[in-house]
Amino acid sequence: MARHYVSCRINGDETEYLCDTSQSLLDVLRDELELTGTKEGCATGDCGACSITIDGVLVCSCLVLGAEMNGKTIETIEGMAKGEKLHPLQEKFIEHVALQCGICTPGLLIASKNLLERNPNPTEEEIRFWLAGNLCRCTGYNNIVDAVTAAAKELRGA
Amino acid sequence: MSDMRFEAPATVDAAVALLAGAKGITRILAGGTDVMVQLHADMVEPELLVDIKRIPDLHGIKKEAGGWRIGAAVSGMQMMDHKEFAKAWPGVIDGVKLIGSMQVKGRATVAGNLCNASPAADSVPSLLASGAIVSIAGPNGKREAPAAQIATAPGKTSLAKGEFITSIFIPDAPPHTGSAYLRFTPRTEMDIAVVGVAVSLTLDNAGKCTAATMSLGAVAATALMVEDAAKALVGSTVDAAALDRLAAAASAACRPIDDKRGTKEFRIKVAGVLARRVAAIALERAKGN
Repeated sequence: MARHYVSCRINGDETEYLCDTSQSLLDVLRDELELTGTKEGCATGDCGACSITIDGVLVCSCLVLGAEMNGKTIETIEGMAKGEKLHPLQEKFIEHVALQCGICTPGLLIASKNLLERNPNPTEEEIRFWLAGNLCRCTGYNNIVDAVTAAAKELRGA
Repeated sequence: MSDMRFEAPATVDAAVALLAGAKGITRILAGGTDVMVQLHADMVEPELLVDIKRIPDLHGIKKEAGGWRIGAAVSGMQMMDHKEFAKAWPGVIDGVKLIGSMQVKGRATVAGNLCNASPAADSVPSLLASGAIVSIAGPNGKREAPAAQIATAPGKTSLAKGEFITSIFIPDAPPHTGSAYLRFTPRTEMDIAVVGVAVSLTLDNAGKCTAATMSLGAVAATALMVEDAAKALVGSTVDAAALDRLAAAASAACRPIDDKRGTKEFRIKVAGVLARRVAAIALERAKGN
């Protein structure tokens, strides 16, 4: 069975990989490219732990085939901090204790970043609706909403 | 699954030829939000997956004479972000907004929602109420069919082997038309409709209803058109008595099952309650148009 050759851009780097038809993009990221920051929770698109963006669109990487990605631009959690410098969302998640076990955190950070790119000043309700597809079983969400609100404020320079 | 082929043709004709050449099970990959789950659960082992997103003709929301054409590869998020379409058919957008999470809406398509043929599909009742017509390509050429004729039973469609939807045409809403969709779910997001109701209604300049359609989801094996909706509303100002008639028509049309999400009796009752609420929203929107 021939494998698929895929050329795409991941976190700014030109990337090439081979994958089987049955491999999800999540499988490719974790098993072929060792980008294990993106987590598998449910593998059915319900939990959001595997959130990434493709051409700027927030998606669950478990619901995408690796074979589909020719020419696409992908952003994962590994591209969020610039070297040692954390993204303001990452800093605020730490400051507000918006995580405990950490499995949902990469997905929540990616989803929150995508929200703030579309809407720099979201209301609490807008944050909660946008993040409804990212399940966290530890925090109870309030600290996450606070962290996103604080990061939005910082990013707006307010 | 290891022998599964993946193809991403650049034209509808090439996709048709690929599907016609396959002997076994095939699946169209548009948004993939249902197909990927089925693959993961080993519910289906297709011989061939055809990704239709590399076909330029299947992208875009285009204004045509008499209506809107939505390509089969258009995601829910693209529909929500299309301000003109969202203004013309807010009921369709109400349904799209309720599909899964933002992540799922970033990929899932309305054509896929229709073809997955879940009775509870959130975008389908509004499509039916809008009078949507789907364009289909297949080994015997192209054809059109009302959206209401696609799903035939849970998970089953009227599409023949090798056929797939290329676009959905939603007719222009006449002036003073309002549409809306509501569903009942225990949670506000990330849930499956226990009952869904879509209404579209048109008023004349005096505020009298001249046309009305209603479609129900999750109360029968497929989404239903309620023919008595027009009888209930047309000629009225959509007043309390008309809403009573509409609610009764909605409840009378239900042929629900009992399941873990709701009993038959609950679904029949809630269909009437939602019909009333949805019509009130559609009325306000019609007045604003």
